Amino acid sequence: MNLNQLTISQAKKGLKEKKFSSVELTRACLERIKKIDSQINAFITTCEKEALDKAKRADEQLNNLPRRQAGGTIEQLNAYPLLGIPIAIKDLYSTKDIKTTAGSKVLKDYIPPYDAIVVKKLKDAGAVIIGKTNLDAWAHGSSGENSDFGPTKNPWNKDYVPGGSSSGSAAAVSADMCLAATGTDTGGSIRLPASFCNIVGLKPTYGRVSRYGVVAMASSLDSMGHFTKTVEDSALLLSITAGKDPLDATTPEQPVPNYQKSLKKGIKGIKIGVPKEYIEKGLGLEIKENFEVAKKVFSRLGAEIIEISLPHTECANACYYIIQPAEVSSNLARYDGIRFGNDRSFFGDEAKRRIMLGTFTLSAGYYEAYYKKAMQVRTLIKKDFDEAFNKVDAIIAPVSPTPPWKLGEKVDDPLKMYLSDIYTVTANLAGIPGLAVPSGFINELPTGMQILGPQFSEERLFQIGYAYEQSTEWHKTKPKL
Amino acid sequence: MQINVPHVAKLASLPLKKEEIQKFQKQLSAILDYIKKLNEVNTRNVEPTSQVTDLENVTREDKPNPSLPQAEVLKNTKSKHNSFFKVKAIFEA
Repeated sequence: MNLNQLTISQAKKGLKEKKFSSVELTRACLERIKKIDSQINAFITTCEKEALDKAKRADEQLNNLPRRQAGGTIEQLNAYPLLGIPIAIKDLYSTKDIKTTAGSKVLKDYIPPYDAIVVKKLKDAGAVIIGKTNLDAWAHGSSGENSDFGPTKNPWNKDYVPGGSSSGSAAAVSADMCLAATGTDTGGSIRLPASFCNIVGLKPTYGRVSRYGVVAMASSLDSMGHFTKTVEDSALLLSITAGKDPLDATTPEQPVPNYQKSLKKGIKGIKIGVPKEYIEKGLGLEIKENFEVAKKVFSRLGAEIIEISLPHTECANACYYIIQPAEVSSNLARYDGIRFGNDRSFFGDEAKRRIMLGTFTLSAGYYEAYYKKAMQVRTLIKKDFDEAFNKVDAIIAPVSPTPPWKLGEKVDDPLKMYLSDIYTVTANLAGIPGLAVPSGFINELPTGMQILGPQFSEERLFQIGYAYEQSTEWHKTKPKL
Repeated sequence: MQINVPHVAKLASLPLKKEEIQKFQKQLSAILDYIKKLNEVNTRNVEPTSQVTDLENVTREDKPNPSLPQAEVLKNTKSKHNSFFKVKAIFEA
């Protein structure tokens, strides 16, 4: 196995046992990027020099650990849980002195003077930042095709989309160009590409992870999450990024549990709900069959499957496509080319559409019929989940109504593109966490499913996801590149 | 129901070319038709939700903290004068 193919867990063990160095691990990722990224287009910026500098310093730390006792070494390593591990950052996150474009020509030369809090936390934990990944511009998209820097291709079949908007991050992890990558999920932008690329994607509870320093899309919906090769790695990353941040007033006091503690507990007796509205109309037949097979795994592992109802599912997408563009139109007002970036004529079509839609629904005479109405429907959608979680511990559901589609298939029809989000937007509207895990292949293209839980139940999601993952082989398969 | 694209674009300071207006008119119309389905939902006496954290009045001590130096703040602009951002005049002298 090449070093870049390791999981974070495996890499940490190898580094600790001195089987290889962080420089060797980082070089393996950089070489992988050089070899295949011209075909995949996962990265907008690769930080070769900065990455190797950090890897060198990580190696110094790893080599200079006090050797007085084994316990001393472990303590030091625990203080830097990602020491020497190469991680990619979605180009929506500000990285100090490293170009940050948000996937848009508006910011194509923008160099932030500060790090996003998530980036700072990862760096403080010892991570090696290997590059900035491609995305739909401003996170507006479900396929990666709205990037102003060319679309990212799905590593499993380069004629197909990897999903979006965190397209580059998903492709990079899936193709072993890095060991993990950050993403954002406002309406499914982590869970969808994770499912399309056969990797694990976490959308944390709204407010669990600080949004400070990340280009804002829809401020009441944006969730800062990540992609990993395994559920165990995902739990490790969340333990680093989660927590109250004085710079983000929407992060509650909620303590951060040890996310890895319950990982291997198993799921005997856990009540898992399946929402009937997600399985009825709109769901492609092959996905339905795949989901039924996945459901049986949970039963076999001892969980109790209970049919539940989320009655307002059908209007969730319409609700989302009023609230999100409204908030987008406000957040993108700052891009006027005065303090940074290019002027507003540099916006792409999708950004313009969403800004106009949002401006319209917030304007005098229309605010009540559209935005206020959507906020009321949002209350009903959240209530559906609150009531469901009185009956079950978690919910499982498909992520996408269809398998990955071909590049170019939906670009000319924005509405068609929006319809890919019907199963993911609900979690963002309710503010609940969702873990996407691989659930197999349809015509050799990956598909996944999501595990949803009440707010701040990530520990439970990891427990359920781990049990499922370990009884399947999907996480061991790699794309042929 | 149609969105008045030139009007909305002006409100949002979005410079649009003439050819773009028709294209956006058509696309936004279709989207508007889709989101209209919310009218079918009964929302009588339902409180609107603007955020899901239940947090209120999050404040901090009124004490100054270190922030970005001026040079850093001005680093990315195309137009500056001494320690100011230089912008187009709004008023005639």
